[in-house]
Amino acid sequence: MTELITVTGVSKSYDRIRAVEGASFTLRKGEILGFLGPNGAGKTTAMKMITGYMPADTGEIRVHGKNIVDDPIAARNAIGYLPENNPLYTDMTVEEYLTFVAEMRGVADPEAAKKRAMERCAIVDVRHRIIGHLSKGYRQRVGLAQAIIHDPEILILDEPANGLDPIQITEIRGLIRDLGREKSVILCSHILSEVEAVASRVIIINQGKIVADDTLENLKERSSGHNIFRIEFLTAKDERAVADTLAKIPGVAAVSRVANDTFRVKTKGERETGNQIFRTAVTQNWDLAQLHLESRSLENTFLSLIEGGNS
Amino acid sequence: MRSTLTIFRKEMLGYFNSAIAYIFFTLFLILLSFLFFRIYFLQGIVSMNDFFSVMPWVFLIFVPAVTMKSWAEERKSGTMEVLLTMPALDTELVIGKFLAGAAFVGIAILLTLIVPLLVASTGPLDWGTVVASYLGALLLAAAYVAIGNFVSSLTGNQITAFLFTAVILFLLLIIGTEPVYSVFPNVIAEVVRNFSLNYHFQSIGRGVIDSRDLLFYGSVIGLFVYYNVKSLEARNW
Repeated sequence: MTELITVTGVSKSYDRIRAVEGASFTLRKGEILGFLGPNGAGKTTAMKMITGYMPADTGEIRVHGKNIVDDPIAARNAIGYLPENNPLYTDMTVEEYLTFVAEMRGVADPEAAKKRAMERCAIVDVRHRIIGHLSKGYRQRVGLAQAIIHDPEILILDEPANGLDPIQITEIRGLIRDLGREKSVILCSHILSEVEAVASRVIIINQGKIVADDTLENLKERSSGHNIFRIEFLTAKDERAVADTLAKIPGVAAVSRVANDTFRVKTKGERETGNQIFRTAVTQNWDLAQLHLESRSLENTFLSLIEGGNS
Repeated sequence: MRSTLTIFRKEMLGYFNSAIAYIFFTLFLILLSFLFFRIYFLQGIVSMNDFFSVMPWVFLIFVPAVTMKSWAEERKSGTMEVLLTMPALDTELVIGKFLAGAAFVGIAILLTLIVPLLVASTGPLDWGTVVASYLGALLLAAAYVAIGNFVSSLTGNQITAFLFTAVILFLLLIIGTEPVYSVFPNVIAEVVRNFSLNYHFQSIGRGVIDSRDLLFYGSVIGLFVYYNVKSLEARNW
């Protein structure tokens, strides 16, 4: 596996606040790396250092094996960056802005690069509009077009879906997934589902420290990674009978009663377990009113890692 | 070099994209002409001296208005992050922004050429000193722009940038006026006066282009462009 970005022991402080502390990770070719953490965890600072906006206090960042301090221009050429809050020149038209970026990037054929980026992000029909007049969803796509105009190998997207409505979020996600087929992506987010939807590997950062770096599957299987189902019946049920029946299902870890007609089932986080609970309910002829996933394994892992760090 | 040109074009586009550029040119021309012609016809001498002596003071308001936006706005809106992660050196960007600001103010100055044309229609005008003064005015304005851009890079607030630039320029102007420099003992007074932006402008305006005056403006511009680069390098926000 080729490593595109290697971050080794990087720290950064603002005044006396430690924003990033001894972070080490890699971005490998062809993966979408989710960079997950609560607001203020140090995600943005880490991205600012990788993109060369800010120097690291200590540690080393290599892009394509070359230290970004020694060859900042080469590193910047390899990276497309959508900063947090998607800053744009709001008084320019889409086309003026992309022309500016293409020229700054020094792409060989600015017209073709612009056309490709606009088509890719579906903004051709707004090319003559002033950016400040566009909806947030369109602006986000303009920001993405800016990031891919020089066809970089690496894309760094900092909270790309922030502040979008659900439909726009789905669109942006689709776009990121598409881009991820040909590029290696670091996707920063504080929203788990966003990372889960597109990322192949996840890094969880909390209070400036990396607390987990693993594939989605492995994170789900961590000890605390349980799924919790909530089962509601139409009538009251005997606790023992329900518990004993459910406990026979492989993958069920514990059953507890919430109310006379409601139970909580903790499972080991495999998807089929839910289906098996349902089948059991059918064969037992239970008067099932509701069966739903109350909290999910990855979320639990995420929360326990974050809380563990905070305590 | 390519980045310098690109940022230059972008800044120019920014100035002319809105009506502000035209309002700026008009106001600048009207204010200067008003201040000048108010006394010109009373004096009865065909001379542009009064015109050029008010110019540095009018710049005091107009140049900070042009430069306040340059970096402060980029910093506030976050576009600084896009700009500074482009494959370009900070120096190229700073020079591009400086050249754009200087060119913009330069256009405003050249538009006032209508004034000497009007004056020349009232009697014989010494064009030699007028041309020299215009050259001096361009250099003076460029120095103002370099200072203004530097101040703008220190803050994310345009109003702060405007006021600080105006205050700094004001101080650099008044040390060239007699009531201020005469406070100092003779030897120091001469040095203080030499650091005034106005002193060298007046010197050029006499029609003699002295290499010391050119060197002075060149140094001021170079120094503040350098400070500007350093302030960007120190980014920590």
